[in-house]
Amino acid sequence: MEKSIAELRETFKSGRTKSVSWRKKQLKAFLDLVNENEDSIFKALDQDLGKSPVESYRDELGIVKKSATYSLSCLDKWVAPKKGDLPLLLFPSKAEVIPEPLGVVLIFSAWNFPITLALDPLIGAISAGNTVLLKPSELAPACMSFLIQAIPQYLDNKAIKVIGGGADVGERLLELRWDKIFFTGSPRVGRLVMTAAAKHLTPVTLELGGKCPAIVHNTLSNPSKAKVTAKRIVGAKWGPCTGQACIAIDYVLVEEKSASTLIELLKKCIQRFYGGNLKELNSISRIVNKNQFQRLVNLMKDPHVAASVVYGGSVDEEQLVIEPTILLDPPLDSEIMNEEIFGPLLPIITVKNIEESIEFINSKPNPLVIYAFTEDETFKKRILSDTSSGSVTFNDAMIQFLCDSLPFGGVGQSGFGRYHGKYSFDTFSHEKSVLHRAFYPELEPRYPPWTNFKLMFIKLAYGFDYLGLMLLMLGFRKS
Amino acid sequence: MASEEEKKSVFDAESAKEVVKELRACFAAGNTKSYEWRSTQLNAVLKMMEENEPLIVAALRDDLSKPELESSIYEIAMVQNSCTVALKKMKHWMMPEKAKTSLITFPSSAEIVSEPLGVVLVISAWNYPFMLSLDPVIGAIAAGNAVVLKPSEIAPATSSLLARLAADYLDRSCIKVVEGAVPETSALLEQKWDKIFYTGNERIARIVMAAAAKHLTPVVLELGGKCPAIVDSDINLQVATRRIIAGKWGCNNGQACVSPDYIITTKSYAQKLVDSFVCELERFYGKNPLESKDLSRIVNSNHFARLSKLLDEDKVSSKIVHGGERDEAKLRIAPTILLDVPQDSLIMTEEIFGPLLPIILVHKVEESFDVINSSGTKPLAAYLFTNNKKLKEKFVSTVSAGGLVVNDTTVHLAEHTLPFGGVGDSGMGAYHGKFSFDTFSHKKAVLYRGFACDAFVRYPPYSRGKLKLLQALFNGSFLGIIRALVGWFRS
Repeated sequence: MEKSIAELRETFKSGRTKSVSWRKKQLKAFLDLVNENEDSIFKALDQDLGKSPVESYRDELGIVKKSATYSLSCLDKWVAPKKGDLPLLLFPSKAEVIPEPLGVVLIFSAWNFPITLALDPLIGAISAGNTVLLKPSELAPACMSFLIQAIPQYLDNKAIKVIGGGADVGERLLELRWDKIFFTGSPRVGRLVMTAAAKHLTPVTLELGGKCPAIVHNTLSNPSKAKVTAKRIVGAKWGPCTGQACIAIDYVLVEEKSASTLIELLKKCIQRFYGGNLKELNSISRIVNKNQFQRLVNLMKDPHVAASVVYGGSVDEEQLVIEPTILLDPPLDSEIMNEEIFGPLLPIITVKNIEESIEFINSKPNPLVIYAFTEDETFKKRILSDTSSGSVTFNDAMIQFLCDSLPFGGVGQSGFGRYHGKYSFDTFSHEKSVLHRAFYPELEPRYPPWTNFKLMFIKLAYGFDYLGLMLLMLGFRKS
Repeated sequence: MASEEEKKSVFDAESAKEVVKELRACFAAGNTKSYEWRSTQLNAVLKMMEENEPLIVAALRDDLSKPELESSIYEIAMVQNSCTVALKKMKHWMMPEKAKTSLITFPSSAEIVSEPLGVVLVISAWNYPFMLSLDPVIGAIAAGNAVVLKPSEIAPATSSLLARLAADYLDRSCIKVVEGAVPETSALLEQKWDKIFYTGNERIARIVMAAAAKHLTPVVLELGGKCPAIVDSDINLQVATRRIIAGKWGCNNGQACVSPDYIITTKSYAQKLVDSFVCELERFYGKNPLESKDLSRIVNSNHFARLSKLLDEDKVSSKIVHGGERDEAKLRIAPTILLDVPQDSLIMTEEIFGPLLPIILVHKVEESFDVINSSGTKPLAAYLFTNNKKLKEKFVSTVSAGGLVVNDTTVHLAEHTLPFGGVGDSGMGAYHGKFSFDTFSHKKAVLYRGFACDAFVRYPPYSRGKLKLLQALFNGSFLGIIRALVGWFRS
């Protein structure tokens, strides 16, 4: 392991990864990797998570391809220095801010989107000119094997490496010195990563999770909008990895009077999308492993929680499948309402007045996203100003992930730092400010011995009071 | 009675918890979010600086024997400048930024909204105790946060003046100053903050970041490092020398994170450079620099002892070519230049942070870059004096540091359009101007979607046709989309 990392450092030192042509070459090779191995990737995702090809393309392949293509087309613009404005006082000077790679970076990815969450940050790190070590999650073993085998075949293997293994490998990696660590995963492990990074003063980006709520308001009053609302909620909850996503809708908030309408619509939609019962279930992933399966089953063990199930609830332990399940008003102090669900269970919490949903959301840690289905502009404004989350999406869910122009990241317990699009490039770069000065003219008042005149001069200079300066120098102003 | 008073004045974890609780209530009530509150507080800072200049200068004189001009400019004027810039631009900074959306999410609109992080902690340093306290606080206020400021106990006069002035001028319910040393700082660090902004040294920075990790609190660390200044031969030597002196001894007598720590120059040019230094130093500080009022003193006896140790090391003490005089009682060390010190000496291994300037010699000026890069650490700033265009280009492309300046030192700090911060061991994060506002904000992405054109391809039941259509949509090619749709309808 130490040898690999030493090699990454040597490669970075050689300057090879800084050249724009190297970066473009890697990104093009990356696209080849994805294009030529679609079937293998589909197979690995099916093996690890039971994802169907459409889901795999929509949530994994398509995303990384789009990312790489976008980065390729924007790279020249991103690496260009940004000019800085300078005041007349510093004339003649030139200022610019130049992005430079941080060096050798470590990326920890997660098991639920094992391709996207490994390769999307990788694209950012490469675009920014770094050398990278990628540690995929061992909980998605087929994808991990695929990455270990495919990446060295297409990419510069002295600059981009993949390492397998479990938590012990992760721990050893964290003891070493990196120029940046990019982590996607749980808050618990996020703390460990940041604590380890603190020893070396390594900057980190932590993409965590949280209970992402979906407020459902007046879009239910119009029948066609209500249908679309239900479709989007169902598609966003069970579509991506059967709810095992950091931006999946964790729970729904709706007014009491509309709850039954919403539940009926959701049921119909679930049946249409995924089948009527456990046996007929299709087009949906499974739970990743026995641990997660047991955890989810345990969430429903509490008798009060079990009693609140209004749809679904059946499980198949052998196949690691839990059918889409809706709960109505489980007790607020139950585990299911206090930890991130990360699975196919959807609690619906009713409130008397939809405005109460804001206090409810604020009583919990900041989530990664807040979703709100509403056409009330005042309510939208209130949600934006009175809540805090990584991002907010109105009248849809999950889809903000596709926007390269929006920063993707958390706040508070949902993490810090961001990526996607140019933000990926920035997160793996250091913005170095550069000021070029000329030897002339010289400002004598900069230098000691100090006098009142010099003090006055500098005070006026700092206030950019050019008229005052002129008067001072011409002797018309007392010092 | 005395023990009761002692009890009250102990600031422990419980007290820290109370402070955070009070500020959280203040923040939750929305008091700090309005533009009016922010501009009122910033105007109050301006007034505070204006009305108390003599007191501030006196406190800085007590703590550091800082010359009045340095205090007026680097501590007072710069803070006022920061406030003025923030007041002028804040409305614009607070406005949401429009973001582009693509075909994939059509129809939609998007924006990025800046929101305050919440309750933030600013831990400041002793060398520029006013500026390094208030500059970050200005950013925190401009971004709408509630703030706790912990000034450095190593500058006690300014710490207590800051505490008093803040209580008199600023909104006490949302902006607090907590004085103290290690125990008080530890108590503060145990709490959960929404951001911690630390200026200081690497050792404490590690402790701050580890404490922040427990609560997943993001941090900005403004540290230091050995900032090198490369001096080429074909330059205006007098101007270069004066600018180096201004950045070294003119900045708190070398006790500044961006002071040139050491010089690299060619063997052939070294003597000329030393002579120029000696000449200009005398012009600035007189024949008896230990008595000069235009130089700060060493902050305390710990640092005096530390610097003395650097000078007394065997392989170094013989290399002193100018200065070296010390006055322990007055905590003064004269501007000292050392020539050709060994690279493994103490003075070349740790950040000097004082009035000692070692000069490292190379055969060719290009070798300077290897010297800098071989240290394995990235400094906060790096300087180059040259007229050679190629050398400038190589400098900019090969030297990694927080910021670079060609043909001057330290002035980049005054430019609020340039991000000021470190990289690697010199820190993480940046501030000044809009960067201060951004560093204390969360940039929340907001996507507005419509109900028209609900893309059926997103939903199950899945099929090959949907797959093809999705692929075309992602590729963004209209032709591809049409082809896929045609194929879809055919099947």
